[in-house]
Amino acid sequence: MAKKLMKGNEAIGEAAICAGAKNYFAYPITPQSEVAEYLCWRLPEVGGVFVQAESEVAVGNMLFGAAASGKRVFTTSSSPGISLMQEAISYMAGAHLPVVLINIMRGGPGLGGILPAQSDYFQATKGGGHGDYRVIVLAPSSVQEAVDLMILAFDLADKYRIPVMVIGDGMIGQMMESVEFPGKYREENNPDDYDWALTGAKNRPARITKSLFLDPQKLEDNSFALAEKAKKIKAVEVRYELYKVTEKNRILIAAYGTMARICQTAIDELETEGISVGLFRPITLFPFPEKEIYTEAAKKNIEAVLTIEMSVGQMVEDIERCVLGKKPVAFFGRTGGIVPSPNEVKDKIREILKKKK
Amino acid sequence: MLSDTTTIFKRPEALSDNITHYCPGCTHGVIHRLVAESIDELGLRERAVGVAPVGCSVLIYNYFNCDFLEAPHGRAPALATGFKRVRPDMIVFTYQGDGDLASIGMGEIVHAANRGEKFTVIFVNNAIYGMTGGQMAPTTMPGQRTTTSPMGRDVNLAGYPIRMAELLSTLRTPAFIARAAVHTPMHIVSAKKVIKKAFRLQKENKCFSLVEVLSTCPTNWGIAPFAATQWVASDMKPYYPLGIYKDPEREEA
Ligand SMILES: Cc1ncc(C[n+]2csc(CCOP(=O)(O)OP(=O)(O)O)c2C)c(N)n1
Ligand code: SF4
Repeated sequence: MAKKLMKGNEAIGEAAICAGAKNYFAYPITPQSEVAEYLCWRLPEVGGVFVQAESEVAVGNMLFGAAASGKRVFTTSSSPGISLMQEAISYMAGAHLPVVLINIMRGGPGLGGILPAQSDYFQATKGGGHGDYRVIVLAPSSVQEAVDLMILAFDLADKYRIPVMVIGDGMIGQMMESVEFPGKYREENNPDDYDWALTGAKNRPARITKSLFLDPQKLEDNSFALAEKAKKIKAVEVRYELYKVTEKNRILIAAYGTMARICQTAIDELETEGISVGLFRPITLFPFPEKEIYTEAAKKNIEAVLTIEMSVGQMVEDIERCVLGKKPVAFFGRTGGIVPSPNEVKDKIREILKKKK
Repeated sequence: MLSDTTTIFKRPEALSDNITHYCPGCTHGVIHRLVAESIDELGLRERAVGVAPVGCSVLIYNYFNCDFLEAPHGRAPALATGFKRVRPDMIVFTYQGDGDLASIGMGEIVHAANRGEKFTVIFVNNAIYGMTGGQMAPTTMPGQRTTTSPMGRDVNLAGYPIRMAELLSTLRTPAFIARAAVHTPMHIVSAKKVIKKAFRLQKENKCFSLVEVLSTCPTNWGIAPFAATQWVASDMKPYYPLGIYKDPEREEA
């Protein structure tokens, strides 16, 4: 299929249709409202459903109801909106329902601002809602990757019957890049193919979608089943990318999303100065590439790991956890919609190397 | 001619063979039966999906023989919206208490009704939070004692009870909205009529439909079952008048 120049938010909407997901519920919030503005006319063209809900609380629960039907359902929102959906995310996780949520993050906490940030990392990867559950978290670094990961997100949600969150900072939503969609768009799922979908109790016992287990043993069983699912996901769904990782690297940068691309620029520029730096970019934030980052960081040539984020320091805690004290872990971050520049990244690297001397 | 073995009364197919957990004298069970009978008589069981609330009827799915979804507190209308929009061929109903629908879930019910979502709401108004032990609800009567209004509901602090049927009837989007009660056999018969009509209108894909049913909570009202039915008649009925508030068929006629 031919390449198209598209805004990230619109490409995300088209990618969902491409994945056979035609049921979309949303509430406007900057910087992702263009998804709804795109899908409100695009979905009817392909026989899809769009409901503009009265709030994100309602969106989350519309997804909950719709997901129980066995059809592919999704929403897009930004930080404060995702907070309001946490109720339903916890319930959907507890009830083992597949659903895809896109968080085009803006600065927080509170009403914060409308500019790009990565400060919802904890919320996305460590739970967010109440209870013992995990969601799969994918972090694209380009519009093309957002498209590819959207398609993957629906497959993973379906495969594991789990909420999947795609998190991108505001830049992913707002920038225009050329993208390519798969030539063939998927058909919508057939709910009759699932032994859990609510399709009407005809010629079979009634089915119940629920997260309530008053018997503590049953609740524990469900929590362990969720944990088992997370373990399986950790074993096979880890995704990450390396950039200019060689035995000459003195520093290993860890960064995700568009922040990783800015770090690439810094790495290229340092290379011309004779300073060798590699990049480790997690694509799945849950499951986190735990062993992989350890292996890269533990290599003899690496003097320190530097985590760069658009936050005051969130993923860095996972990096520290995984590096197991093998190497020093440094952090640099800007937030509130301020994006660290390649120069700031370079300065931070020079500072670490100077201290090493 | 009836023989000795002719069945003249049996459990509706839409109900499962389970014993309910409701307190003696609670009319949740009666309302369940009316819903099940309506579903049976309209032949809807095999494509029905119920949405359970949070409240005493949280386990309603154990008593019904059709598919069920269990909602977070108050959100049943949002779940029903999501499900019905993607499966318009199915019959969807929510079953909600007054704490569920009129308090935490006020936003969801108003907007679902206003969008004219084509599902059916059974709204059980027992003027109290039953499950959590009898706290004040938005529907608690003036002066009514509850665990959070031990001196009686003070309307100067808590306002007057919310009349949901009337409130939702102010919305312009076509809908069927009625209020019924189940404290006497005669009222049960009338309640059945409106509940069945609410489901029929959904079956005909006509409109959003909601039936508010005045119900009892002898346990938390702190009175015996028979006295509870009398309290419905003496205290609740005058404030919550029974009748059909909105009817698309009447407006068309
Ligand atoms: C978010 C949330 N808040 C509070 C509760 C606790 N809670 C459970 S049932 C209930 C009241 C239900 O009352 P009502 O809807 O009137 O139903 P009834 O029990 O009287 O049938 C409350 C407050 C909850 N489960 N979830
Ligand atoms: S507490 Fe009240 S509403 Fe709940 S089952 Fe008992 S009588 Fe019914």
